[in-house]
Amino acid sequence: MSVPAEKKEKVSVPFDYNKYLRPNKLPHIWCPGCGHGIVLKAMLRAIDKTGFDKNDICVISGIGCSSRTPGYVDFNTMHTLHGRALSFATGVKFANPKLKVIVVTGDGDALAIGGNHFIHTCRRNIDLTVLVFTNATYGMTGGQYSPTTPMGSQATTSRYGSIEPPFDACEMAKASGASFVARGTAYHTLELEKTIHEAIMHKGTSVVDIIDACPTYFGRANKFKSATHMMEVIEKDNTVNVKQADKLPPEKLEGKFLRGVLHKIEKPEYCEQYESIVMEKAKAK
Amino acid sequence: MADAAKKLPNIVINEKFCKGCSICVDFCPTDVLEMKGTCVAVKNLEACTRCQLCDLRCPDFAIQVFG
Amino acid sequence: MADRKKKFLQGNEACVEGALYAGCKFFAGYPITPSTEVAEGLSVRLPKIGGKFIQMEDEIGGIAAAIGGSLAGLKSMTATSGPGFSLKQECLGYACLAEIPLVIVNVMRGGPSTGYPTGPSQSDIMQAKWGTHGDHPAISVTPAYVQEILTETVRAFNLAERFRTPVVVLYDEIVGHMREPITIPAPGDLEIIDRMRPDCKPEDYLPYDDKYEVAPLAPFGAGYRFHVTGLNHKQDGFPTNDSKQIGANNERIMAKIENHKEEIWKNDELMLDDAEVAVFTIGSTARSARFAVLEARKAGIKAGLIRPLTIWPFPDKAVRELAKRVKAIIVPELNLGQMILEVERVSGATCEVVGVNRVDGEPITPMQILDAIKKYK
Repeated sequence: MSVPAEKKEKVSVPFDYNKYLRPNKLPHIWCPGCGHGIVLKAMLRAIDKTGFDKNDICVISGIGCSSRTPGYVDFNTMHTLHGRALSFATGVKFANPKLKVIVVTGDGDALAIGGNHFIHTCRRNIDLTVLVFTNATYGMTGGQYSPTTPMGSQATTSRYGSIEPPFDACEMAKASGASFVARGTAYHTLELEKTIHEAIMHKGTSVVDIIDACPTYFGRANKFKSATHMMEVIEKDNTVNVKQADKLPPEKLEGKFLRGVLHKIEKPEYCEQYESIVMEKAKAK
Repeated sequence: MADAAKKLPNIVINEKFCKGCSICVDFCPTDVLEMKGTCVAVKNLEACTRCQLCDLRCPDFAIQVFG
Repeated sequence: MADRKKKFLQGNEACVEGALYAGCKFFAGYPITPSTEVAEGLSVRLPKIGGKFIQMEDEIGGIAAAIGGSLAGLKSMTATSGPGFSLKQECLGYACLAEIPLVIVNVMRGGPSTGYPTGPSQSDIMQAKWGTHGDHPAISVTPAYVQEILTETVRAFNLAERFRTPVVVLYDEIVGHMREPITIPAPGDLEIIDRMRPDCKPEDYLPYDDKYEVAPLAPFGAGYRFHVTGLNHKQDGFPTNDSKQIGANNERIMAKIENHKEEIWKNDELMLDDAEVAVFTIGSTARSARFAVLEARKAGIKAGLIRPLTIWPFPDKAVRELAKRVKAIIVPELNLGQMILEVERVSGATCEVVGVNRVDGEPITPMQILDAIKKYK
């Protein structure tokens, strides 16, 4: 049976973001070219794919540019204190494990002021999805260096070049015990959508380190010409998909960040472990 | 004949949301878009392949391709 | 007949009993002397009733998780002492502004800094009111007996749920570690208050609806998708820069406590009616004061005791009236003068106000207080 030619023609049905956005909250506060908006869109498409009811989803953040995300999205949302999002989220999830809890945090929020909560959340392996928006900058306060700022980079508090070695959020999450660790970029937005979806569906602590650009501060301070330029250099050229990495010679991988799912294991989840104690005690009665 | 019958996509731009970062213009594989001042505009609709990369990489919910 | 068990308990254990009686279903905390028995007790008891206990990675995590638990709909508590209370201050302010019910137990130990972990003090009285930055409402209850720790913990939960605000249970190490026989109340003996839940349609729900003094609070996951933030916010919970709305909301969260002080205040009085000299104090110091007042009476001195069980909001009405009819108010406290500042403020120049203070990790003795009383023979 032949299909008429015109029906073969590609039809574009764009994703309806309004389904998950709160009315009248846009445009968002992020600067022109900021990657956070691109990541937010990938997150919404990933959530859509899960098919979860909006009433069952919580989006919880700390403080910073990325942490403004919950205000825009139509879920149970909480904008907490600097660094503390994971502890608030642990409380919400533990109190009601039926809720799907997604934490949106920045690299400063998660890895500096919230570093302790980050490693212990991973250690507990509580069922949270942690999206770290890594832009190597404290944007909200005007462009200071962060725990992921590459050495030698300019920032408003490293005018002579940063002398601090940066953290690798994925290595840290894995070492701390998270059962799902992945990386994506704003540039590879469809791949990121897939990664976030997989992270949400994973049972246990899932961490996705998302490299995106701060053109206003990091970009200007470090002589990037535009947001596009940053995306090409930092997100595209400086990362390699983990599936392609095996085929590349070591010199091609030097200094590059791997993208995709980097670590995925099955491990007892905190709320389920606790529930088994509760069941045992109930039986003993 | 086929060309004349070809249905063109509808690129919808929200000028209130566009912040003029030009990411969509720079990454469009077929050079459909251009910057007009601080807002994106359609330059060559015929060249659009409906790949949606402009929408996917727009940080501001400002551009979508329909049809 | 209702079953009322007699138990011989430590203050911190009575706190556990009080929390469970009040319906606490969530505890998150961090070990710290001299409050740890509260966490230990709840770690045993909560799993048995389907409640949640979690030991967090630090003090901040403890209170943050408890706030999360409360927002998910469970009556929540955290417990700490001195340095831990300092660490919890930022989150305490968050709970004030976001209006999330929460009970924080602070078993006071010697300070400043790490201080004297196993020694008693009453030096966090001002911190319970002024510890977190910004203007905010504060409620603190101050039990002095093991039985009272139970009943005041129940009252703290009731006040937290009734007013959608954090409530601090403040007692010193002596009361926290002292053992006394107490009666566990039977169900129904004490009033239990649960937070108001919304009954409107989700689309009409405003988490900070100013048509209420205390708006109903929906738990996360119940169909009311709303936003909570530590930023100054509008009635719908979203942040605002509108000075009118910021001012109105800040004034409202203060007024919801100020306008109900009569309901929150609770004083225990002993022989105050004809008193010429009154002792004003809390906690273990009130136990010494009671003895001193009784001894003074034996010696023919008209002494009396006022013991606030609510230190914040400060019982200014009772103190103001008392100041008009006594020669002096003596304020013994295990610090170098905190409550006395409030007593002085409220009494003005109507009577003498005298402090009895101690910060060496030892209790104030009845004799120290009696000596102060005797000056007004």
